[in-house]
Amino acid sequence: MQVGYYPGCSLESSAREFDLSIRAVFEKMEISLREIPDWNCCGASPAHYLNEELAMALPYRNLVKAEEAGLDRVISPCPACYSHLKHTHEEVIKDSGLGDRLRTIVGKEYQGRTVSKHLLDFIKEDIGLDRLKSSMKSTLNGLKVASYYGCLTRLPGVDIDDKENPILMDDIIGALGGEPLDWSYKTECCGASLSVSRTEIALRLVKAILEAAKVRGAECIAVVCPLCQSNLDTRQGDINKKFRTSYIVPILYLSQLIGLTQKLGFTQLGLNRLIISPNEILLQKGIIEK
Amino acid sequence: MSYLNSQDIHKLRNRILSISGEDVSKCIQCGKCTAGCPISPEMDLQPNQVLRLIQINDEDALLRCSTIWICASCQTCSVRCPEEIDIAKIMDSLRKLALEAKIPVGEEKVVKFDEIFLDSIRKRGRVHELELVMKYNLALRQPFKDAHLGPVMFTRGKLGILGHKIKEVGKIKEIFKNSRRIKQME
Repeated sequence: MQVGYYPGCSLESSAREFDLSIRAVFEKMEISLREIPDWNCCGASPAHYLNEELAMALPYRNLVKAEEAGLDRVISPCPACYSHLKHTHEEVIKDSGLGDRLRTIVGKEYQGRTVSKHLLDFIKEDIGLDRLKSSMKSTLNGLKVASYYGCLTRLPGVDIDDKENPILMDDIIGALGGEPLDWSYKTECCGASLSVSRTEIALRLVKAILEAAKVRGAECIAVVCPLCQSNLDTRQGDINKKFRTSYIVPILYLSQLIGLTQKLGFTQLGLNRLIISPNEILLQKGIIEK
Repeated sequence: MSYLNSQDIHKLRNRILSISGEDVSKCIQCGKCTAGCPISPEMDLQPNQVLRLIQINDEDALLRCSTIWICASCQTCSVRCPEEIDIAKIMDSLRKLALEAKIPVGEEKVVKFDEIFLDSIRKRGRVHELELVMKYNLALRQPFKDAHLGPVMFTRGKLGILGHKIKEVGKIKEIFKNSRRIKQME
């Protein structure tokens, strides 16, 4: 199986381990990923806030590039990238005036043939839990995992799961032999880029998420968003200092958890790149060996 | 309360309707948007107040508030509104109106970040995260903000030093040149 891949800017630097683990896990399942040739940034929230046409023209170019390369399905692991591709695709299909305008801005025409997928719906629907299970060599041994979705399910164009109580990630973690926890902070906001511009707001929000996970006995939090991961992982030290708390909650990408059950290596999955090391809990649960 | 005596009290409501398709007249002031908003403690106007001020045409207060800039666009309000008003989309529209009116924004830090972010895309076609944060902190004259995270992120291989530049970067510059800040409604 070959499928298009749109990693996005974060997966090239701060979320390198998301990229590494996805590539390793997909290779294990014999799915080859083909990057959109010469892809560009989706514009993220800044384009959305400051320039409405740009916010659609940037994803439009990626859709054109994907189509030219014959990619009929494209996986975007980053929720923002995914939402922008999918939303732009849908708006262009709906509104031919907008389509004409974007074609003029970008200088090329998108025919509307590229289907956007996020990692979650791709694993659950296109790969299927049976095929996922057949790639496993061990299980998560009942690891207590709080699945954290952030705003993914509510972003424009996204319609893959319940908006307020999503279960896709929980189902996948259950299939891996982990224990998905029932908790009420699955879709609370991590503060997104306010982490840079208004850090104190993000600290308050992330603290509440960590606390809710801890109360439920979470041994780690699973995420599928580079910004969620960064805010939850990187800011724990600042939170502990500011609020005199002692959170040490490893924040793992779902793809890293999958890779562990496929017996892929710690560094191969980029687990050494996480700020809060999951080493201790993974040893304790017998998921990795010394 | 001059805005109450203005000739057309529905002026702002109509403008928002035309750029977003959302009608604030439907708002019943139940307060659910504010109750669920994660950022409400830091906002100078609560989300339900924003809708009310549109209803009574107080453009000045709305375009100068910080709320529209610190809204994280998490969409919780939009999902929960019993009248199905897309409140996050209205926040977007207010930002556009504020930019269009060229009035000083209520939250300079957030806009600065967005501008530097877009500049990175224009020059490279992709965002260079390290350069973005450094330029942002310099622009705000706080060069050492979050500096303590630098070494730990560097040793974890999370900071790309050089960044990537796409081949068709000229194409991206063209896209920037051709794009308008506010989409023209037909």
